[in-house]
Amino acid sequence: MAAMNYAFPCREMHTILLGAGAMDAKLLDEFRAIVGDRGLISSAEGLHTYECDGLTNFRVMPLAVLLPSNAEQVQSIVRICHRERLPFVARGSGTGLSGGALPVSNGIVISLARMNRILEVDLPNARVVVEPGVINLDVTGRVQPHGYFYAPDPSSQSVCSIGGNVAENSGGAHCLKYGFTTTHVLGLEVVMPDGSLIHLGGKTLDTPGYDLAGVFVGSEGTLGIATKVVLRIVKRPECIRTLLAAFPSTNEAGAAVSDIIAAGMLPAAIEMMDNLAIQAAEAAVQANYPDCGGLLLVELDGPVAEVEFLMEHVGALCRKNGAWEIRVAQADAERALVWKGRKAAFAAMGRISPNYIVQDGVIPRTALPQVMSEIARLSQETGLRVANVFHAGDGNLHPLVLYNRKIPGQEQAAESLSYRILELCIAAGGSITGEHGVGEEKKMMMSKMFSEPDLDTMQLVRCAFDPLQLSNPTKVFPTPRLCGEKPGEYVPHPLESAGIAERF
Amino acid sequence: MITASVIEEKLRSIVGVGHFYAATPSDRLSRVQPKLVAEPANEQEVAAVLSCANEAGLAVIPRGGGTKLAWGNPPKRADLVVSTARLNRVLEHAWADLTVTVEAGCTLQTLQEKLAEHGQRLALDGLWPKRATIGGLLSTNDSGVLRLRFGALRDLIIGVTLALANGTLASSGGKVVKNVAGYDLPKLATGALGTLGVITRVVFRLHPLPHSVRTLSFSAANAEGAQRQVLAIQDSKLAHTALQVRGESAGQILADILFEATEAGLAAQESQLRTLLRESAVQKSEKGVWSAREDLWQAAFENAAIAKLSVLPSTIAKTLRLIEEIANARKVQFQYVVQATGLGALRLDGEMSSLKAVVERVRNELESGGGSLVVLNRPSGLEALDAWGSAGHAIALMRSLKQQFDPKATLNPGRFVGGI
Repeated sequence: MAAMNYAFPCREMHTILLGAGAMDAKLLDEFRAIVGDRGLISSAEGLHTYECDGLTNFRVMPLAVLLPSNAEQVQSIVRICHRERLPFVARGSGTGLSGGALPVSNGIVISLARMNRILEVDLPNARVVVEPGVINLDVTGRVQPHGYFYAPDPSSQSVCSIGGNVAENSGGAHCLKYGFTTTHVLGLEVVMPDGSLIHLGGKTLDTPGYDLAGVFVGSEGTLGIATKVVLRIVKRPECIRTLLAAFPSTNEAGAAVSDIIAAGMLPAAIEMMDNLAIQAAEAAVQANYPDCGGLLLVELDGPVAEVEFLMEHVGALCRKNGAWEIRVAQADAERALVWKGRKAAFAAMGRISPNYIVQDGVIPRTALPQVMSEIARLSQETGLRVANVFHAGDGNLHPLVLYNRKIPGQEQAAESLSYRILELCIAAGGSITGEHGVGEEKKMMMSKMFSEPDLDTMQLVRCAFDPLQLSNPTKVFPTPRLCGEKPGEYVPHPLESAGIAERF
Repeated sequence: MITASVIEEKLRSIVGVGHFYAATPSDRLSRVQPKLVAEPANEQEVAAVLSCANEAGLAVIPRGGGTKLAWGNPPKRADLVVSTARLNRVLEHAWADLTVTVEAGCTLQTLQEKLAEHGQRLALDGLWPKRATIGGLLSTNDSGVLRLRFGALRDLIIGVTLALANGTLASSGGKVVKNVAGYDLPKLATGALGTLGVITRVVFRLHPLPHSVRTLSFSAANAEGAQRQVLAIQDSKLAHTALQVRGESAGQILADILFEATEAGLAAQESQLRTLLRESAVQKSEKGVWSAREDLWQAAFENAAIAKLSVLPSTIAKTLRLIEEIANARKVQFQYVVQATGLGALRLDGEMSSLKAVVERVRNELESGGGSLVVLNRPSGLEALDAWGSAGHAIALMRSLKQQFDPKATLNPGRFVGGI
């Protein structure tokens, strides 16, 4: 493949620059020289492992997979990509559920799995500095003996990586009180799409200038590759209590949630499951949940006196709204069992259905009864079962659409149903994703949630970070937009005016 | 060639006769006199005014309550003040969803009063709430003592509508607390000092008002003692809302802690605090101590340098010693209040040349330790003192962003970091 050093429109680049499925041997040698034999995968069978992430119904074979072991190697790889106009997709543990780490057919995958060191633990300042391949739960594991934890807790926390969490701005059950990944990322070392290394934010707060770390987190790998992350850790509260309440249906459970919020409480987590989700969780992990129409988990944490007082109040509000069974778990082991069923809920669907789609939408919490009855109606209309698991406190829905791939047409019907649920979320004033990201899966939904000027404005950020659009191209945004296609007056770049650079 | 009068006529036709006028000396910022003032009535008018100014090459100074116009560097050019005074409505308080949609020109106090009707608040105590507007607070990334518990504005904003220089109106984020669709422009707009676009509308997540509050104060023998106390409290199981250390030249060092809880919770926490700080006398205090930062702007502040500091909490003592040493050597009086987050405010009074020297030396030291010092109030005559200090090598990327959003440098030219 010829080196393409001159300016070239990126839309055409995808079709012209690289032949289908094979990489130039000289380029492969260059990559091998950076990461060594053990850091390069180019055989068809080796590449299969990387053809999808947690969203398995989208699959693309990359040209090669590289496994760098430090930031310098990432830089060297990306510099070559930049020189060759070769798209790249960064990958952590590959647990993402929106296809964010789905390879692009004419590009490479850069796996950060080997960059998995915890570099610094600074307890007095409650900061931990990690490489992107560090597993989420390992951060808590490291600081737990000192009474601290890392707050964002996606259900996949035992396998997902911090780098992936940064890309997706991962949430979890406890973000109602503690916030999201972005709340806990103070600084980043980033390899930019041209191979340069920069630092965004830092260990101290409010570094002068734009909040670039805030923009980078949640950008789904489209602005560069994080090679170092400064995390904030949180002191474990004095006590944690988890209440489990059984309601006749999700409507009564939802009314209880409204009352809890209206009473001025901010629980650490409020989770809800419907009957189908409970059945699946029971079949999978025997969490000993009551068989009911709507199950609520409410976790309060803080000083003992405070939590005990408020827990009484929460119990009363649940009873008032029709809860017929209430249990409060105190010991860690009890609490762990209560949470086990909830955290296993997605995977548990395998017990009651051969295939299922995990959806992720958000609604204003008060729209819950209305959206639930709409989902039930759609379920009846299509004959497909839908199980519902919610982060009820913040209105984040995870409808699970059950289907059987072997029945012709059912997979398409299930996909279509899951998109219709997202349309319900948008219509209710919500969002198409609360924590899984847009990725490949939902990019076509972006134009239903945002107007063209909204999307054009987001694209300005992309063009500042990655004018050639090499970093995870084709994700998040529905239609390709060229950098430089600006409406309004055209202002030439100084280099362009000087005849040094052509316009991309 | 478009003449000045044609442009003025166009601007006047957008906002209406009574809302477009010649600027007066009261519209000055950092000794720079803008020429015109426009008061658009809604976000479409803001966008139309910006588009017109941008096309005509006028430099625009977005303005809310005008309380922090001195922040940042003096503008390189200033033609047209675009005031958000008429965009002052609370559009929707979805109290059951704990969110609010508010126009940028609404003052913090008006918003808080509205939210309090349903027992809620925006968990942020900014400066001068009666006059400071939501747009101004966001643009300057102001935060007070509640930050320790609730985070900064970046952690409370969930949606924003921006009017870009070319007249584009763009929304991002949304009305729900949890949302990862698209780039996080609400965070980008926060702290951008209006250099990327004019904030016209904001959605915030809210918090309940506390059941009860209690403020306690205690003294420290010296800077090292104060830091030890702060770190011990931070490492404890106490669930405090705010924690600050304050002091001044040759004065005593005092610390204040705020608890917000039920009465039962307050009593338990107070007794735990007393156990933790057994060597110090802990006393009930008044809520007035929480305006210590705002108090720095009292009495002849025009001649003082007031700065925002950011350091690691474990270097608070070192920072205070450094300030003491540098200021004393130059016979400069100092007053400070530092939060447990490592963010602080510092006021310096003294000879002009000494103030400049002290600011620059303290800044150098803090920057070399990974911290920063941003000058908020320059004494008159020291306009050349850079407000921001270094943004590191991310400055190139910041310039690219500015180039994308505002290629003609229409918005607040020169006021932001690195000459942006």
